[in-house]
Amino acid sequence: MGRVQDKVALITGGTAGIGYATAELIGQEGGKIVITDLRPVEGEASAQALRDKGYDATFIEQDVTDEARWKEVIVEVVEKYGRLDILVNNAGVGEATDLENSDLAHWRFVNSVNMEAVFMGTQNAIKQMKLNGGGSIINISSIEGLVGDPRFGAYNASKGGVRLFTKSAALYCAEKKYNIRVNSVHPGFTETPLLAGAADLFSPEDEERINREIAVGYMAQAIDQAYGILFLASDESRYMTGSELVIDGGFTAH
Amino acid sequence: MARMQDKVCLITGGTGGIGYASAELMCKEGGKAVITDIRPVEGEASAQTLRDQGYDATFIEQDVTSESRWPEVIAEVVALYGRLDVLVNNAGVGAGTDLEESDLAHWRFVQSVNMEAVFMGTQNAIKQMKLNGGGSIINISSIEGIIGDPRSAAYNASKGGVRLFTKSAALYCADKKYNIRVNSVHPGFTKTPMAENVGDLFGPADMERIQHEIVIGHMAEAIDQAYGILFLATDESRYMTGTELIIDGGYTCH
Repeated sequence: MGRVQDKVALITGGTAGIGYATAELIGQEGGKIVITDLRPVEGEASAQALRDKGYDATFIEQDVTDEARWKEVIVEVVEKYGRLDILVNNAGVGEATDLENSDLAHWRFVNSVNMEAVFMGTQNAIKQMKLNGGGSIINISSIEGLVGDPRFGAYNASKGGVRLFTKSAALYCAEKKYNIRVNSVHPGFTETPLLAGAADLFSPEDEERINREIAVGYMAQAIDQAYGILFLASDESRYMTGSELVIDGGFTAH
Repeated sequence: MARMQDKVCLITGGTGGIGYASAELMCKEGGKAVITDIRPVEGEASAQTLRDQGYDATFIEQDVTSESRWPEVIAEVVALYGRLDVLVNNAGVGAGTDLEESDLAHWRFVQSVNMEAVFMGTQNAIKQMKLNGGGSIINISSIEGIIGDPRSAAYNASKGGVRLFTKSAALYCADKKYNIRVNSVHPGFTKTPMAENVGDLFGPADMERIQHEIVIGHMAEAIDQAYGILFLATDESRYMTGTELIIDGGYTCH
């Protein structure tokens, strides 16, 4: 009996990094996995890699910023697996912001992926989960939803928004007695493609600062975040809602 | 391979409530449990109950406020099991405080059990864990380490102290490269012997307020806290240090 036996999990941005590590771990613990991503080729390959390990996994192409697409994706999940138990709002972009020289289009892009998609995912998941007796929604915020970063104005705003939206949604579901829990995860610096993409934006002084701030002295692996997400997905955390799971090697403890 | 295979765990206040539930869960996952308590009869009975389930469990009598007793307890654990991997600083008192009528003796009693014992336990565990390559220390704070309660001033102070001491100790261990993680758990209202005793201190108006604040509408079971403690005890949370695990049914998110 796995820790999420027969639970149906939808993971956005599930092709690589934290999303893929989470999909793999949920598969290992008996869950059924639907991963979504903008990139169909990579997405199909990741789902195939999961199936090759004997897991029940499906890829669905999805632009998480598309409002109409969210309903279709949930319908596809339910057609295939009959229910939805877990949503991991994981898709995100790690764009830097030059506060004086960036424009509103940049701001809206970052917030559309990192924050608006979390709103739409949560809203649509709730509508399905309430029909199947409950569920767990896990929103991937960041340590940058807790502390500021001079190079990431839009990212900070989006992740801080996710942190508080999560609490609002948790309270909404509790009030309605939907038995749906909503929590946020706050990864510290983690070795993922998103971070590799953002690394060009850091100067050597930034890197020195970051390494000093990571108390344990090294970055996380994607699996370190996945274990926290698994815990929130499983019934082991049934009394947790509106809460924050910070997995950051001590970054925000000082 | 179980999640705690062969890890040696020391749990203070392990006779009942959250401590006992944690001991049972750690044993179920392959760990060895040493429970301590000031009550030898109840302590021996609890250890026997664990052994009756086929687990490797030992009781040691301990007043957690005695400074000289701490090194003896750690020495006993090491004499028995050869190492120490996990310490759960769980022993605590839930005394109410009348802010205008209470005295310094009351204040010191609450701090001695809830805060000074956590300092001494952490200090002594670090000295042993660094010899066996690392470990995980879990300090049981409370939601009352995060938010105020008009009837629990001394308790508030003690649990707030544990919350920040935990971060200090986490940073200390990271600085020293000891591979010892230190985190706090913040239970909401949980059905335990401690909560029952404190229940006498609350009037009907308090109980109404509390029920209103618990957004999911019911108290936690001890096992709900134990699963969080287990997660922090295992290597699954190896990138977590200096952080807070809040298991409160949404109490502090609004």
